[in-house]
Amino acid sequence: MIGATTLFGLSSVVLIGLGLFGLIVDPRPLRKILAFNLLGSGVFLLFGVIARRGAGAGLNSDPVPQALVITGLVVAFAATALAIALLLRLFQETGQATLDTESSSSDAPVPSADS
Amino acid sequence: MMPDPSNLLILALVLPVMGLLLTLVVGGRYAGHIALLLMLVGLTVAAAMVVSVVRADDALIYPLGGWTPPLGVALRADGLSAIFILTTAVVVGATGIFARAEFGALPGQPETRTSLTFWALLLTLWGALNLVFLSNDLFSLFVALELLTFSAIPLVCLSGRAETLAAGLRYLLFALFGSVLYLLGAVLLYGAYGTLDIGLLAERVRPESITWAVAALMTVGLMAKTAVFPLHFWLPPAHAGAPAAASAVLSALVIKASLFLIVRLWFDVMPALMTPAAAQILAALGAAAILLGSVLALRQARLKLLIAYSTVAQIGYLFLIFPLIVRPESVAFAAADLSTELAATVVSTSAWSGGVLQAVSHAFAKAAMFMAAGLIAQSLGHDRIADLSSIGRALPITVLAFALAGMSLMGLPPSGGFAAKWLLLSATIETGQWWWALVILGGGLLTGGYLFRVLAPALFGSRESVAVRAPVARYREVVVLALALCSVLLGFVRLGTFDLVQIGRMAKAGMGLP
Repeated sequence: MIGATTLFGLSSVVLIGLGLFGLIVDPRPLRKILAFNLLGSGVFLLFGVIARRGAGAGLNSDPVPQALVITGLVVAFAATALAIALLLRLFQETGQATLDTESSSSDAPVPSADS
Repeated sequence: MMPDPSNLLILALVLPVMGLLLTLVVGGRYAGHIALLLMLVGLTVAAAMVVSVVRADDALIYPLGGWTPPLGVALRADGLSAIFILTTAVVVGATGIFARAEFGALPGQPETRTSLTFWALLLTLWGALNLVFLSNDLFSLFVALELLTFSAIPLVCLSGRAETLAAGLRYLLFALFGSVLYLLGAVLLYGAYGTLDIGLLAERVRPESITWAVAALMTVGLMAKTAVFPLHFWLPPAHAGAPAAASAVLSALVIKASLFLIVRLWFDVMPALMTPAAAQILAALGAAAILLGSVLALRQARLKLLIAYSTVAQIGYLFLIFPLIVRPESVAFAAADLSTELAATVVSTSAWSGGVLQAVSHAFAKAAMFMAAGLIAQSLGHDRIADLSSIGRALPITVLAFALAGMSLMGLPPSGGFAAKWLLLSATIETGQWWWALVILGGGLLTGGYLFRVLAPALFGSRESVAVRAPVARYREVVVLALALCSVLLGFVRLGTFDLVQIGRMAKAGMGLP
């Protein structure tokens, strides 16, 4: 018999694992940004689980993690917006939404697909 | 006439934010003036904070809204924070003066969007740095780090060219990876111990599996933001296209903030976890960073990239302090007449001072070097090392500043870098860890090598003078020289920093440990 807290906890672990995998393995920036959001959702779900588990003190649930989650969500949203804006601008400039691997790109002229 | 000195803490945060709001209201034309004025005030506040911490001989604490930690959030400035706040104020101020020529509004010309953005971001970055150094709560620290990242990245890609955008995006992806791991660590800590306040955590944390997991997650996350060896790939491209002023603050200050947090984490939040094995692993990464970063710096064709790889190497030195503060159990102390406990304290204090001195002198030296490289690039139109022949004739002050900063990086006496590396070296010998001494000496040699590559042709190049495209303002050269001199003169103040670093330390690491 698995309690709701454990179930949510396990789901958050799965989300975190999937997100980490995507963030590290997938070379495409857009996928990386999506993976970051998946990872973030996992962490925020974990916040909720911990808020529920901390209810041992007699309260219905611990309000502190819930307050923190809101801030975390805002920060993650801002991060995503910034990343997307950078990616869009990169696409406008070069016509492609990829990051060439490694630091070799710094000296070489960036190949422009358009024009 | 002296009000409560803990108000200085809130002032250090309010000033930059106020400047940011004012800048947004009045626009780019006056942004530079507002920023410079506030930086001057901020420098005074930082100096006053150092004086107050020394005078009180204890940490300054400001509970926000009067709520004390179990319920509320407090700001706290110990000796370590005060030193970093002062360093930040000096470097940011110098950067502000340096950047006036590039981003200041010229009389009679319309204001540009770049200039408004630059000053707004610089002020945000300054505020975020102060918040990192003053926060005493793991979640506030998360927010501060994010604020820092979000202000540093647009600075990197201020020019809007494609390669800087790609570098900024890569930096952002590394930083997001880091911050989400950090947040995961913070939530697990809260789940285990029911608080995020550093002081309360230090009392409650026990060395058990959850804490080890948290330590691993947070350290890896923060290392990604610090650009420590296996996670350093974003740093050189980010520097390659960034404006000189942005490079200076990025290398001198921004990466130090996450490093500061790693130190806080291991020594203040989880002192119980700082075992010799963990310390050796951290130091091994640092050693790898020193050797690899220096070798890569030797191979760079562009001056800016050389300096950027040198940052990767110099950050490595700061990781060597971990095993020097936490000694292995089978240590034969050279100072046999002292009791072991006392000797351990002396060694750990010199390792602390060496580490802090290295961080601060590197901040000054690296800011000076990036600005010098910026001036060289501006006057020549390029920064290819092969074509820097006899630039010393055209820009004598700049090259002198570069050489002085390089002296500090190499660790030649009497510079701050020398004092730092001397303290670290003596700590390695006294704790019997000679292998780290080899790394420090080898790193110094390699540093000498890559700086020689730049300085030899710059000073003793061919007779014909180089074609200077654009002249550089004299005051910008003087700012660079002043920063380089700060880095060198730090070598003379080391006795004073001994005590300051230790003021208000919650856990005197190395003393209470077996």
